[in-house]
Amino acid sequence: MTRIIWILAVLLSHWRRHPMQLATLLIGLISATALWSGVQALNQQARDSYDRAAATFGGARTAMLVGRNGATFPQQLFVDLRRAGWPVSPVVEGRIQIGGRSLRLLGIEPVTLPAEVGNAPTIGRTGLQSFVTPPGEMLVAPETLSDLDLTEGTAPSASDGTLLPPLRVQAQLVPGVLVVDIGIAQRLLKMPDQLSRLLVGKAKGKRVPLENVVGDRLQLVEPDAESDLERLTDSFHLNLTAFGLLSFVVGLFIVNSAIGLAFEQRLPMLRTLRACGVSARMLNVVLVVELVSLALVAGVIGLICGYLIAASLLPDVAASLRGLYGAQIPGQLTLKGEWWIAGIVISIVGALAAATTSLAKAIRLPVLATAQPYAWQQAQHRWLIFQSALALAVLAAAAGILWYGDSLISGFAVLAALLLGAALGLPAIVEVVLSFSQRSAHRAVAVWFWADARQQLSGLSLALMALLLALAVNVGVSTMVETFSRTFSGWLDGRLAADVYLIASDDTQATEIKAWLRQRPEVEAMLPSGRAETQIGGEPIEILGLSDHATYRDHWPLLQSTANAWIRLRPGDTGLISEQLARRLKLAIGDRIEVPAPGGNWTLEVVGIYADYGNPKGQIAVNIDALTRRFPAIPQTRLALRVAPAAAPALISSLQSKFGLDGRNLVDQATLKAESTRIFNRTFAVTAALNTFTLGVAGVALLTSLLTLGNSRLPQLAPLWAIGITRRRLAAIELLKTMSVALITTLLALPLGLLVAWCLIAVVNVKAFGWRLPFHIFPLQLLELVGVAMAAALLAALIPVLKLARMQPANLVKIFADER
Amino acid sequence: MRDKVLISRRAFTAGVALLGLGGNGARAQGFAGLGITAEGFSPVIPGKTFAFPEDHGPHPDYRIEWWYVTANLADTTGVAYGAQWTLFRLASRPGAQQEGWANQQIWMGHAAVTRADTHRYSEAFARGGIGQAGVDPKPFRAWIDAWEMRGSDRTRDHTIAPLELTASGADFSYALRLDTDRALVLQGDAGYSKKSERGQASYYFSQPYFKATGSIAIDDKPVEVTGQAWMDREWSTQPLASDQTGWDWFSLHLSSGEKLMLFRLRQTDGNNYASGSWILSDGKTEQIASADIDMVPKTLTDLAGRKIPVGWQISIPRLALSIESVALNTKSWMGTSFPYWEGPISFKGSHAGVGYLEMTGY
Repeated sequence: MTRIIWILAVLLSHWRRHPMQLATLLIGLISATALWSGVQALNQQARDSYDRAAATFGGARTAMLVGRNGATFPQQLFVDLRRAGWPVSPVVEGRIQIGGRSLRLLGIEPVTLPAEVGNAPTIGRTGLQSFVTPPGEMLVAPETLSDLDLTEGTAPSASDGTLLPPLRVQAQLVPGVLVVDIGIAQRLLKMPDQLSRLLVGKAKGKRVPLENVVGDRLQLVEPDAESDLERLTDSFHLNLTAFGLLSFVVGLFIVNSAIGLAFEQRLPMLRTLRACGVSARMLNVVLVVELVSLALVAGVIGLICGYLIAASLLPDVAASLRGLYGAQIPGQLTLKGEWWIAGIVISIVGALAAATTSLAKAIRLPVLATAQPYAWQQAQHRWLIFQSALALAVLAAAAGILWYGDSLISGFAVLAALLLGAALGLPAIVEVVLSFSQRSAHRAVAVWFWADARQQLSGLSLALMALLLALAVNVGVSTMVETFSRTFSGWLDGRLAADVYLIASDDTQATEIKAWLRQRPEVEAMLPSGRAETQIGGEPIEILGLSDHATYRDHWPLLQSTANAWIRLRPGDTGLISEQLARRLKLAIGDRIEVPAPGGNWTLEVVGIYADYGNPKGQIAVNIDALTRRFPAIPQTRLALRVAPAAAPALISSLQSKFGLDGRNLVDQATLKAESTRIFNRTFAVTAALNTFTLGVAGVALLTSLLTLGNSRLPQLAPLWAIGITRRRLAAIELLKTMSVALITTLLALPLGLLVAWCLIAVVNVKAFGWRLPFHIFPLQLLELVGVAMAAALLAALIPVLKLARMQPANLVKIFADER
Repeated sequence: MRDKVLISRRAFTAGVALLGLGGNGARAQGFAGLGITAEGFSPVIPGKTFAFPEDHGPHPDYRIEWWYVTANLADTTGVAYGAQWTLFRLASRPGAQQEGWANQQIWMGHAAVTRADTHRYSEAFARGGIGQAGVDPKPFRAWIDAWEMRGSDRTRDHTIAPLELTASGADFSYALRLDTDRALVLQGDAGYSKKSERGQASYYFSQPYFKATGSIAIDDKPVEVTGQAWMDREWSTQPLASDQTGWDWFSLHLSSGEKLMLFRLRQTDGNNYASGSWILSDGKTEQIASADIDMVPKTLTDLAGRKIPVGWQISIPRLALSIESVALNTKSWMGTSFPYWEGPISFKGSHAGVGYLEMTGY
């Protein structure tokens, strides 16, 4: 035991003499752990809240009985089912507005609520009594309470003036949901004796067949392990995970080179220890102990950094998820114990993986080491051939997945294989370029320059691979984001062609507003619209009713359409469908679609396909009159106005003062556009942030590799110095060499990055979101990235080069005396 | 304060269980929360004139009420069974009855079957005002979910017979027909049943003469059974005395034809308040005073971490009665929201017969 401690002390003394090396090793491990766990924390946070949502009174986790076509149904069916032995509990759901915010109001019945309904909130400490007795209590998540800027115990008023029950905080509740007793909810939602659905608990005894009790008025929806939100947001989380994994791998590159360097430098020490009688096994055990301890320390620091990263990205992630999918994620990060353990484990596993080669060498270390073989070139040649073959195989696999794969996972698999293949192939390509340059060089120093660059390649290749990956992903992601933002703003211009948009609080107010607007000369057109919801193939579908007006005919962007598509909408037997829906249901122009409607199925012929970016639901656009005929119950409260732009602000303020409308339900085109653009920019803010992190980590990888090489290269440089090349010149040559290798890598990264962008746009986006963007290349952006990469390489090369330029001649002379 | 709302026999169960729904073990607090004083409800005073069928229905002016049936049964081979059917009503606050979900009544049902080797039970909850549970006096019908005690056109008011009784749980079910031509029996002083020396009381009448026939299914294996059943009807407002912690309650069918109801309310000071009725086969009743009753636990059994006295020595010297009771199944534990012991028993000694025993507060 004491022996182990002594050996460990000897080994650790190395780090005391090389603190910089220790720092790089720790930085590598810390950044790998931090980015990986940061991303995991974000994903976990989001998943937890989906779980909360799914478990909230008839989320996807509970079996439910719902009305045909999703309509509400009479309460008597609940009583009838209970009397027939069905362990059901009623829920009524609707929306109410508080302070301009629209919130989901759930009415539950605590006495029959099945115990197994996930996190059914305990009904306040004050008990059942105060929850069910009017005025009752309104349970609210702490996040929503602070969003509303209200305090617990106050009884807020809804926007229509109704006094609501006093608020009571319930920590497990999903944000954006208010829970009240069913009787109170029916009154607030003006749905007397109506129910939205029934939760089905565990059967307690025999139950009469459903049809015998309710006929075909209700249908049973079996519980679903994966909620809609989880399905919708899968792509987003996969995206984050992919970035986390990439950063982790890049971080491990750093660890690998730092450990490699330490091992190289400790070779004499290890040999001495072996010569002193330490067995190879013991030595290896101690090396592993040392590594694991370092990984533990780095893991803990990495986790703290990961927490900070996650906490700083969380607002953007939450905004993205809300903007894209309507998912409510609490802004406060909560982490489970598993997260900490997983983070430490990943740090240790990563460190061990990165150290495998070095440890394997230590095992086979002969007691009396012979001189290092100089057959590096041959060895490298064999290695390059093997690695290139592997690269080709991986690239072939990428092509294969691209050809046969048809899912989001396969999209990411293509991306991963593409990047891995390119990274593996990189050393071979650089080698080809360098050997070509060597052959075309004539002056001795130039020939040496290229030859030496080739010799350096094996040491640098991992760092270069990291740089290639980081750059390619960077190019890919920024191209996609830029493409998206251009396409989106053009699309938004066409989509938001009217000048003012308003939603009346109810049909009566809508009628009043319309009558009032008819008197206003500045209003050029009133375009009522409406929305209905239904389900096709178990997925929610929106049906949008549009007025028959030139505003839409001239501006609404259609991706494909038949001739006179807009004219053909008029009779009500045709529809335009969103790109997402077309892809999901594999529909093309001319196909027919069966839409469940209250009076029976509505058959629509597809006459056009339009882009509907940012909408997780499929959408069908039809003529508004046809929609109200088929869905008579939909509120006719939405109105778009064409107004002379100069007159818009005045009209808005008169509407506001006359009808009490606010920013939530009355908005002009410019504000709406700005708001939409803001949401979409935030959507990619996280991607951009992770992108920058990855590039930073790649820079550190390059720096540590160069530091590693810097020391081991003295034997090669000393002879050149000895034959008269000054240290300054040597340093300049070294710098040039690094820069040219980095440039070659960067130039290779550009086409690879564009390929990644194509993959993201044409494969991943289509699978993840259901839309395909036109592919654009942005040369200026690429140029900028080359600049950034070269600057990173310059920064990374600067320290070793400056060290070389200022090196004491005595050190260079010593090379000839040293055993190396 | 907490004990103030220990209302009476089975209502204790009802009150606590309903508040137990509040979760997080806040039984005591919840209990106190409900414990809004009895003010606003009607008091139980002596001298009430019972009227049927009205008094078969609910009395929402009183805080608590129950319809309670226990049956001692046997199949054709002589295997003994017990069956329990209970519907509790609890008013969460006084005042005029509200419509729909705003109705202040909360209902709870308990059902169980017992055999020497097994005991199955289930519970159900419902709110009043919507029809999920309730009681109609004429034609008589008491129900919660699919459990039902139903009369018919033939059901007479003064006997509350015949009745159909059904209940089912995940692993048992039963359907019994109850019939008798004997009149209902008013307990205590003409239906006024004292629960302490300090004025706590309830209105209480019984139908102890039911003949029961029907079937019991355990794990979907039905058997035909016959036997006798006992119905208790009780409603009250006034809490038990603050120091009364639980009770032991017997309803006994003597093979000689008499019926005996006995209860003992345990007090924190170690004393008990006991009471009983000796019911002759002609329906005449004789009240038994606390001092005349000697109830001694004989056999204890460990159940759910508690020591439960499942065997008793009972003697009432005035009636020359001295019996020892044994449980059909000592594990007749009702693990409901508020747990208690309730199951069929048999006894012998100076008298022999079968009956039901309920014990709470252990």
